[in-house]
Amino acid sequence: MENRTETTELLEVKHADPLDTRIEGWKVAGVIAVLAFASLLPFVMSSYRLFQFSLAFAYAIALFGLNLLTGYNGQISLGHGAFYAIGAYTTAIMMEHWGISYIWTIPVAGFICLVVGFLFGIPALRLTGLYLALATFTLAIAAPQLLKYFEEWTGGVQGIVLSEPQAPFGLPLNKDQWLYYFTLSILVVLFIVGWNLLRGRVGRAIVAIRDHHIAAESMGINLPLYKSLTFGVSAMYTGVAGALGAIVVQYVAPDSFNIFLSISFLTGVVIGGLSSISGAIFGAFFIQFVPTYAQDISDAAPWAIYGIFLIIFMYAMPMGIAGFLQGLWNRLRRRRLVDS
Amino acid sequence: MLGKKVICIISVMLGLLMIGGFVYAKGKYGPGASDTEIKVGHTNPYSGPASAYGVIGKAIGAYFKKINDEGGINGRKINYISYDDGYSPPKTVEQVRRLVEQDQVLLIFQNLGTPTNSAIWEYVNKKKVPHIFVATGATKWGDPQGHPWTMGWQPNYQSEGRIYARYVLEKLPKAKVGILYQNDDYGKDYKQGFTDGLGDKTKTMVVLEQSYEVTDTTVDLQIVNLKNSGADVFFNITTPKFAAMAIRKAHEIGWKPTHFLNEVSNSIKAVIEPAGYEASQGLITTFYSKDPDDPHWKDDPAVKDWLKWMKDYYPEGNIHDRFYVYGYSAAQTLVQVLKQAGDHLTRENIMKQAANLKDFTVPMLLPGIKINTSPKDFRPIEQEQLARFEGKTWVLFGEVIDASVR
Repeated sequence: MENRTETTELLEVKHADPLDTRIEGWKVAGVIAVLAFASLLPFVMSSYRLFQFSLAFAYAIALFGLNLLTGYNGQISLGHGAFYAIGAYTTAIMMEHWGISYIWTIPVAGFICLVVGFLFGIPALRLTGLYLALATFTLAIAAPQLLKYFEEWTGGVQGIVLSEPQAPFGLPLNKDQWLYYFTLSILVVLFIVGWNLLRGRVGRAIVAIRDHHIAAESMGINLPLYKSLTFGVSAMYTGVAGALGAIVVQYVAPDSFNIFLSISFLTGVVIGGLSSISGAIFGAFFIQFVPTYAQDISDAAPWAIYGIFLIIFMYAMPMGIAGFLQGLWNRLRRRRLVDS
Repeated sequence: MLGKKVICIISVMLGLLMIGGFVYAKGKYGPGASDTEIKVGHTNPYSGPASAYGVIGKAIGAYFKKINDEGGINGRKINYISYDDGYSPPKTVEQVRRLVEQDQVLLIFQNLGTPTNSAIWEYVNKKKVPHIFVATGATKWGDPQGHPWTMGWQPNYQSEGRIYARYVLEKLPKAKVGILYQNDDYGKDYKQGFTDGLGDKTKTMVVLEQSYEVTDTTVDLQIVNLKNSGADVFFNITTPKFAAMAIRKAHEIGWKPTHFLNEVSNSIKAVIEPAGYEASQGLITTFYSKDPDDPHWKDDPAVKDWLKWMKDYYPEGNIHDRFYVYGYSAAQTLVQVLKQAGDHLTRENIMKQAANLKDFTVPMLLPGIKINTSPKDFRPIEQEQLARFEGKTWVLFGEVIDASVR
């Protein structure tokens, strides 16, 4: 292990580019500018738009989780809607049956999904590629039905109505403004944590497993442990997202978590950009807003329009939106290098 | 100071609005209403697993088009805004918030589905937006105390269950009852009404309950079990596809109970024909609306009007699909409310008028069925009539029964 770290560090030094630090600086500045802009939006946008954005932020966290698994670790999951549902129901049950404040339900939702995801990751070790996709697909199919079985907890088909979250500390914000900031801050925290995880040793191990699992193993990476842990962490992110989604919508029911949700997540990850952190945000905005715009374009066949959008995106940006932007950026950088 | 400026602007705007109000408007208006139009919001699953219901939303739009072509209501056109929610509750919340906050509708009407309406129940009541004549038979919508802005429309499932229970108690006191139900809120609501109706007798009379999931492929096993239980009365709480299978299977294995079929599945085209006429003889169901396929109503003026409307405004629609009758009749009920509201088109008055329907008759409902509501009664249609299948059609029998759950 020691050796490996040293060699990778050496490699990094060799590849270090004088421009790199500056570009990191640019990137940080860019992120801060975007965040500053985002934090101004609640004062200019309608409550309805803020609601849509809050939901998109929740989706972005879920997509980040799925991207960790699918993009970085190379395991396909068609069942992340189930983890989203577990997170949502954890929050709903804790709030409505035990009267716990919504804020405290979020870490619990994340923890439960971490455990469930880790446990599911163990049998999933034996499956790869399409077989894993099918196995996780059963999760997505089973989730709505299982939720109906434990009726005294889940409220059956009628679902659970959540009480309205209020801004704490007497902040002069309405419900939608507060939820916008709340989901945005959790998104920022979770993305920083995820970014830290991915750029370090753990991240390299996760990617190495995807690229060449035999080589990774021979370098001393504990394959089963890393794979199931990735599954667990991925499920945790999605569970937190589900909890936030439930708080924003203030309602959970089995019909909210059908197969379509899981498929949307995978669509979002691919459209946003596999193995890209910012891709999760682009993907989330895509699955949140494009279906509605498609309906505005054509009442008769909104899903056909949506399909056309999908094809155009995949054709024009095969690496996803984030990959496309990265490509543009690289080209710009190269030109600058040539100029200097 | 910013605060002062804002207050200034707001008061000037309010002042202008008031002047405008006094000079131009001939009525009193809430959001979404003006001298020329009334905005009505609606959501329906035009896509996704429940998209068969989508025709209800389209039928409503087609009826409003007819009203608008005839000059509208008190000179105002209905601007009907209908969005797809794919039967997904979070989407319904989003679309209804769009209707209320962005499109500024006066009211929302006939949203379809139990989970979808549950998702917006608290929101609309908090926002005080009329949420009327919801398209679901769940029993919880008639709750004027807890949710004074929400109102049902169709007879609820529990009422219907009670009608069959009353029939069993009166005509078949020694019955052994078998029940087949869909394992969800719809099936359980029916079963609840039925067992409530039987009361203390439930324990002795009901010999076997069987359920199925909406995703199952057959109900053959359940029917065999019910036959073997020795039941001689069968309460069939199934949606059309399963109803046809159940009727057919019972006939095939020679089980001949007194067979009650829920109203949800009494369509001749969708259920009786695939099940077979021979297998369907003697089935008992309830009706509250006229079935245009029933030759009994061949010369009925209401059915003729309905057919003409279908031909003029919805020529691509399937005249055997009873959802068109449903949407048409629901839309007529709203038109009555809007007529009663006159020039006083505020959200408060819409609710007041919706709760003030007196002996209102809808042409496509059965003769004798009247819509009555009051501030304490948020259940518009509460009457139904029993019918038995004879030959090739349903034959109504007995009186129109008031099945209100009190």
